[in-house]
Amino acid sequence: MTVKELLKLDEFEAVNISDDSRIIKGGYCGDLLSWVMGRAEEDNVFVTIMVNVNVIAVASLINVSCVVICENAELSDELINAAKQKEINLIKTPLASFEACACLSNLINA
Amino acid sequence: MSEAINFHYVVDGDDFTSAGEASVDIKRKLRQLGVDPAIIRRVSIAMYEGEVNMVIHADGGTVDVNVYEDKIEMILSDEGPGIVNVELAMKKGFSTAPDYVRSLGFGAGMGLPNMKSYTDGMQIDTKIGVGTTITMVVNLK
Ligand SMILES: Nc1ncnc2c1ncn2[C@@H]1O[C@H](COP(=O)(O)OP(=O)(O)O)[C@@H](O)[C@H]1O
Ligand SMILES: [Mg+2]
Repeated sequence: MTVKELLKLDEFEAVNISDDSRIIKGGYCGDLLSWVMGRAEEDNVFVTIMVNVNVIAVASLINVSCVVICENAELSDELINAAKQKEINLIKTPLASFEACACLSNLINA
Repeated sequence: MSEAINFHYVVDGDDFTSAGEASVDIKRKLRQLGVDPAIIRRVSIAMYEGEVNMVIHADGGTVDVNVYEDKIEMILSDEGPGIVNVELAMKKGFSTAPDYVRSLGFGAGMGLPNMKSYTDGMQIDTKIGVGTTITMVVNLK
């Protein structure tokens, strides 16, 4: 599945999209950033409710295909600008982490 | 024999949100040098954890990255409090980070273990009240 395909779903809203052709191969969900760095893989979707700007640095270092912020958590301009600057696909959803992952998992394995 | 290429960074101890600038920059530099992306990923993640540690635990420091023909060496130096018990600090989950750090998603006690697992060699030299120097090596061959 590509980021573009994911964004066709109503639940997933684009906040910053730098490259919607990125392929999503699996994912990792977590809010503790060292766990994310230890376990998430390249081309994963990174699902989290963390909204501080370090999330974007972590996403960039891992080279995930996109970040999905759950629970419609409020996004600061600082976060959005960092995503733009580091060319990170940033997506938000009203879903809770569990539901977002269940949905993403179905899509990825379809 | 070509000589090593060096990069030097100063990590600001006050600015937690900008921690990672050096690691993100080294990622770009290594890409320009044509280093394998899988290696770049390991180097930059290990360095980021080290950078974050210097900000959280040691009020900043410096990072020197030396790119040799056969390896990349990262030397992170600070003049912080030092690490009381290195063996304990290396354990997954051990952390002395304050709560505000945890609220930002750090302080899970997985930083030093990540640094070790993403590199081919890691050495910690630390002295209480003087500071800590962590040297990490990632082999290129
Ligand atoms: N540069 C440093 N200076 C002083 N103490 C450090 C430094 N780096 C790590 N530590 C100590 O080692 C512990 C474990 O580090 P780490 O595994 O990165 O976990 P965390 O940063 O999440 O606490 C820290 O909580 C801290 O007590
Ligand atoms: Mg740490």
